[in-house]
Amino acid sequence: MNAVGTPVTRVDGPAKVTGAARYSAEISLPGMTYLAVVGATIASGRVTAIDAEAARAAEGVLAVLTPEDLPKIAAEPHLLPSLVGGPAPGESFFPMQDDIVQYAGQPVALVIAEEYEQAHHAASLVRISYQPTRSVTTIEQGRDQAYEADRLFGGLMPARSERGDVEAGLAGADVRVEVAYKMAANHHNPIEAPSTVATWDGGNLTLYESTQGIRATQQTVALLLGLPIARVRVITRFVGGGFGAKAMVWPNVTLTAMAARHIGRPVKLMLTRPQMFTSNGHREEQEQRITLGAARDGRLTAIRHEKLSITSPFDDWAEPATGVSSQLYGCQNYLGIHRLIKGNTMTPTFTRGPGESLGVFTLETAMDELAYQLAIDPVELRLRNHTPVDPFGNPWSSDGLMECLRLGAERFGWSERNPAPRATQDGEWLIGTGVASAAYPIAFFMPPQRARARIFADGSAIVQTSTQEFGTGVLTMATQVGADALGVALRDMEFQAGDSDLPNSTAAVGSAGAGMVSSAVHAAGTALREQLIALAVGDEKSPLHGAGPASVNVADGHLTSAERPGAVDTYRELLSRNHMSDAEALGTWRPPPLDTPHGLLTFGAQFAEVAVDPELGLVRVRRLNGAFAPGRVLNPLLAHSQLMGGMLWGMSQALLEGNHMDPRYGRWAETNLAEYLVPVNADAPDVHVDFVDVNDELVGPLGAKGVGEIGQVGVAAAIANAVFHATGRRVRSLPMAPELVMDPAAGGQ
Amino acid sequence: MRPLTYSRAGDVQHAIALATANPASAFLAGGTTEVDLIRAGISQSEHLVDINELPLREVEDQPDGGLRIGALARMSDVARTPSVVERYPAISRALLLGASEQLRNMASMGGNLRQRTRCAYLRDGVSPCNKREPGSGCAALDGFNRGHAILGTSEHCIATHPSDVAVALAAFDAVIRTVGPDGERAIPFDDFFLLPGDTPHLEHPIAPGELIVGIDVPGAPIARGSIYLKFRDRQSYEFALVSVAAAIEVDDSLVTGVRIAMGGVGTKPWRARRAEAALVGRPANETSFRHAAAAELAEAVVREHNAFKVELAQRAMVRGLVHSLNRSQS
Repeated sequence: MNAVGTPVTRVDGPAKVTGAARYSAEISLPGMTYLAVVGATIASGRVTAIDAEAARAAEGVLAVLTPEDLPKIAAEPHLLPSLVGGPAPGESFFPMQDDIVQYAGQPVALVIAEEYEQAHHAASLVRISYQPTRSVTTIEQGRDQAYEADRLFGGLMPARSERGDVEAGLAGADVRVEVAYKMAANHHNPIEAPSTVATWDGGNLTLYESTQGIRATQQTVALLLGLPIARVRVITRFVGGGFGAKAMVWPNVTLTAMAARHIGRPVKLMLTRPQMFTSNGHREEQEQRITLGAARDGRLTAIRHEKLSITSPFDDWAEPATGVSSQLYGCQNYLGIHRLIKGNTMTPTFTRGPGESLGVFTLETAMDELAYQLAIDPVELRLRNHTPVDPFGNPWSSDGLMECLRLGAERFGWSERNPAPRATQDGEWLIGTGVASAAYPIAFFMPPQRARARIFADGSAIVQTSTQEFGTGVLTMATQVGADALGVALRDMEFQAGDSDLPNSTAAVGSAGAGMVSSAVHAAGTALREQLIALAVGDEKSPLHGAGPASVNVADGHLTSAERPGAVDTYRELLSRNHMSDAEALGTWRPPPLDTPHGLLTFGAQFAEVAVDPELGLVRVRRLNGAFAPGRVLNPLLAHSQLMGGMLWGMSQALLEGNHMDPRYGRWAETNLAEYLVPVNADAPDVHVDFVDVNDELVGPLGAKGVGEIGQVGVAAAIANAVFHATGRRVRSLPMAPELVMDPAAGGQ
Repeated sequence: MRPLTYSRAGDVQHAIALATANPASAFLAGGTTEVDLIRAGISQSEHLVDINELPLREVEDQPDGGLRIGALARMSDVARTPSVVERYPAISRALLLGASEQLRNMASMGGNLRQRTRCAYLRDGVSPCNKREPGSGCAALDGFNRGHAILGTSEHCIATHPSDVAVALAAFDAVIRTVGPDGERAIPFDDFFLLPGDTPHLEHPIAPGELIVGIDVPGAPIARGSIYLKFRDRQSYEFALVSVAAAIEVDDSLVTGVRIAMGGVGTKPWRARRAEAALVGRPANETSFRHAAAAELAEAVVREHNAFKVELAQRAMVRGLVHSLNRSQS
């Protein structure tokens, strides 16, 4: 009886619906005080004066902290993705060390008060004087300062990817397609605002933090405060969504710890919704361009893919956009380039489907245009360009792209499609359908993953590792994996996480949660099972005494052996006979080396049906079908939810989400959920998810490739292609707002 | 949030007395606007007079076939009141397309009329804004003004009035009834919303302590076939890019009566009187509708990001008239 692979409902569901689940902002400690951050209102320049007199005099105020009151950080932050396992500051900059302002919203003063409302009112009374300097916050302003980056992410990744001779490939092509897009910046907007509670006990710091990476938080804060890592503990019971906003460790966490040390009491920080637009990164404003060359039969001869985007003054950050376009299809000649503009924003950061989702958008809309130019069916064109190996000739760790395209097409009813654009009408609506391939890289930068399994004399068991639940269902999934690995019933297994004192596992980023956590938990459960089997076969009083360990099977806490028909031992009896109150084991899983001779992508295919009102520019998505090959599906219910949510994210990226800088002030124009649009239930179409089984023995003992990102990738392209099919017009910006979709020729004017 | 004092009024006169006693008072009904503005630091209210116990929640029939809507009637209640649904379907529809169910359950009709623009430059508390800080300038003129108005604007303010139901009420000549320190008043709907001109901070002809007690909607048989269409990026919980309330009467294929008002494009709920004038006596067809729409938008003033609204508004008006024509003929 295996729990893995079954649709177990969320183990934390009751706690969440009853409110028993405690999020970081809900932590109450005796003597709690409240922190409000005063953000800079200019994008570039210096603070010349801070008048805090009125704020200090306001009711309940305990302190107003300016750079003069704050300690200097012990080490300069150096940006590195949290996936790597070390300190992971979101930017190579720490505010309030001097009077320099690098971006609007940057913390310039802190207010600590007895109550939340008091702190925020006092913060509104702090008067800051500035000497502004000219700022650059849009691509348009900085276009002539663009440069080609050497490497991205603090040196972790190359910014250029090249093979063959792309110019020769284009020159020799029968047909060429060039597409260019402008993509507005995106903000993650999880419903839970980033929250921190900091409390000191002597030299020991405890943080309750809404983070996707508690170990990254622990190490970053320790680094910046000059504390031994062992003196910093991070606890994260539940996180109300992250989507990348909480993948890196932002300055507000360390500032809260500094405030708590200053005031000598626990301090709670809850960012406001407007502050969430300037405190935890964003997907950068960008432009992408792809040129495809192809032979008459549709086979690609060259791909040139360029991205231009805005980064911060202090980091070469761009979400990598060419990791998929360089590998997804067989093509001898490829060039991928990231160009950057230094701007006065905070360092952008991972946003769901980081980089590749917009890279795939550009590639897959270009493929659609190529299909029309060649009069080849868009699904068929993708099948013709399928490659069983990556650009280095290494086979995929597992594939499934062709199967996803075929299954998705079948479920969607693709074969009934009339390929002619603007051919189908339903009242005031034009109807169109579109397809896109989906792929997302599997990253193996992380250190060994560990978990601890423990069983007690009554047969109840726990598995622990230092991940955290941020809505994905990891607590449920890991409970299933732990139960199977140890050989106990689901009801006897509890999975514990959310505490940096537990064994190390990686930050939940880059779709790594399922793969990393399940591998660590599996290793721990298996290690404990093997330890107990060894105990049993060596125990003279066990019915299994002397049996070969490999012959022993465990299920529901019962040990049996093919060598001893009818003989049964149990964990409970085994522990009891041996006078053991419990047993435990640590399990470790080492990710494959970076140079593993395998192509590493997760594949899928997206299909969309849209209705477009060409007069008013409205786009309504009627159907989304996704077929995915994410390896082993550990829990189909959770995987379905993750993929469906990802697909709705993709719809949002296509049609709704975009933020704009007001270049005069260097401030975001949309800073609340009324202005920054995300879909509501009324926007959600029928969403259908199918799985394609693929066996993957490389990505971990359970073969799970992850479902966190792949659902989001390709959706926007499928929708954009469907909009073209409906209207015969291509929209060259994201989001595809009504003013862009409105047909100038419509309306009978 | 700024420190506040609070008192609860037992009747209308008590409410006025409480509000008059403190010049920095605001009335508190559903709180969906006022509390929001206080939190954002835009409202300078220091004292809230809770008027929720006042008996102003009913929707009453009037002898002329019209309705008297209590100022404290909740949006969701009014939307589902049978007399509203039957006699003024555009009002019901406009209410149901506004805000979210949770907000509609709290928000009052009187408060709805006093809600303030969504202009982000007003609400950010920092940018130049002649509504927030008279004389400081208007950041929206050359800023991100996609959502801003194209009708009724001035060089000092282009903020859009956000209400949906006010658009439908404008179409049917509603009258706003108030009681203040100087007694009762009945304010014609159009006069209740001031154009920004060079005083954008003045939005209503309301004296300190003056309380909206109700909204009278005159009897209008034409309204029984009225429609309200709202167009926006997402399908719920968003202010209109453009909306249209329309009702049409046709005799022998000629337009004999028409009401049109628009939302999302004006600095106030925009009664389209030019379009109405252009339509009466004309054939009820799309050509006439397009001419009427063009007449209404002829004086639109656009900025960098909202120029599309001129065309969108015309198409929406034509669409609205076509829908109301179909409805009047069915």
